[in-house]
Amino acid sequence: MSSKPERLIDEKGLRLDGRKPDELRPIKIEVGVLANADGSAYIEQGKNKILAAVYGPKELHPKHLALPDRMVLRCRYHMAPFSVQERKSPAPSRREIELSKVIREALEPAIFLEYYPRTATDVFIEVLQADGGTRCASITVASLALADAGIPMRDLVAACSVGKVDGTIVLDLMDVEDKVGEADLPLAYMPNLDAITLLQMDGNLTPEEFEKAVSLAIEGCKKIYNMQREALKARYVSVKEVEE
Amino acid sequence: MPKFFERRQLVVPGDLIAEGDYIAGENVYRENNRIYAARIGLVEYQDNRVNVVALRAFYVPKVGDTVIGTVVEVGFSGWAVDINAPYLAMLRVSEVIKRPFKPQKDELTKILDVGDLILAKIIAYDRTQPPFLGVDEPGMGKITKGQIVKITPTKIPRVIGKKGSMISMLKQETGCHIILGQNGVILVTGKSPEDEELAIMAIRKIEEESHVSGLTDRIFQMIKMEKERRRLT
Repeated sequence: MSSKPERLIDEKGLRLDGRKPDELRPIKIEVGVLANADGSAYIEQGKNKILAAVYGPKELHPKHLALPDRMVLRCRYHMAPFSVQERKSPAPSRREIELSKVIREALEPAIFLEYYPRTATDVFIEVLQADGGTRCASITVASLALADAGIPMRDLVAACSVGKVDGTIVLDLMDVEDKVGEADLPLAYMPNLDAITLLQMDGNLTPEEFEKAVSLAIEGCKKIYNMQREALKARYVSVKEVEE
Repeated sequence: MPKFFERRQLVVPGDLIAEGDYIAGENVYRENNRIYAARIGLVEYQDNRVNVVALRAFYVPKVGDTVIGTVVEVGFSGWAVDINAPYLAMLRVSEVIKRPFKPQKDELTKILDVGDLILAKIIAYDRTQPPFLGVDEPGMGKITKGQIVKITPTKIPRVIGKKGSMISMLKQETGCHIILGQNGVILVTGKSPEDEELAIMAIRKIEEESHVSGLTDRIFQMIKMEKERRRLT
């Protein structure tokens, strides 16, 4: 393991990887990467590499788990053993089970669950490489995989984290900043509806800092949202071109 | 009443398509007088109605649709059929045999068994019930010959073409009998396997190029060339 850096923000106000406090990591998104899934997407956000696959909607077995008035959304967030520096056991840990639930609850408000009662949709999120903020990147990529599967949605969900390191509010934390920093606040957001679907906080922030952090996170989500839209459209750009 | 997208422009879920006195059609939803897209697709306006023609969707059963399905389960008084939809469809014995059904005498597996393909019509379906199938019409029931092609259900209208232009051309040129299931499953029956292969090739091409205009003519040319090539070899 690399040793703890002394300071996370240098005298010029830049972060360890040279970013400004309100700057996102470089993001690359691709939609429809898996042939065998009904919908899929892949994201690279800084050093994060995450793959999402969606199956369904389909009949739910065992049947007693089905809900008579809506679709059941099932999420599995999983980190590959090689996704972190120290090998991670492939068995789902407490943290992964919790994140699966948190991600599911961040995605559910975006989906028209009531359109297909008694069915289930599975979302599989595989973290291939992790460097902080994987829950947010997972939500971003999973919402794209859902849209790719043709599941009716109110909006795409974009997510991004903010935090406080060395007394400064910064956008899109990476792993070191998350671990050494004073606070971490992941947020998921539906820009068209102006609705927050996930808001967590770890650490301490004053009310003023909190408000500043939330508005910074929303700005970040809006930037990510535009990239999501472009990525989803990119799959059909050829469709549009030949049409004219 | 502003519209934010042109006709046939690409939208993704959450895009605000129009504002004002519009009617929400397919694959869109309405919230406080605003119409948003619910699926990725192309915008269509129809008088006051806003629709999105979905590029990605799955088959949702509709009463009156003709579908092709696979029997996956034999029960006491009917079969469960996979019709490529979120729900398994049910086919009751009473729909198949036109006399009182006697469980002691009639064996269901002799009529239809797991793995059999059937051509059927959806006779009942709503949010509270699974889709029920019927096989009343001529030609319906167990499929005994031909080949199956599966395509995206949203592209079935393209295989039919404007007023059936595409499908009638296909039938005429390949000499095959083609039955379209609304659930994206197509049955092709021809005089020889070669004829069937030709028809399947054409259907695959339609699926790939469904959004390019002048498709019927190009498919016609392709079939002609392929026939020519086969005659020579």
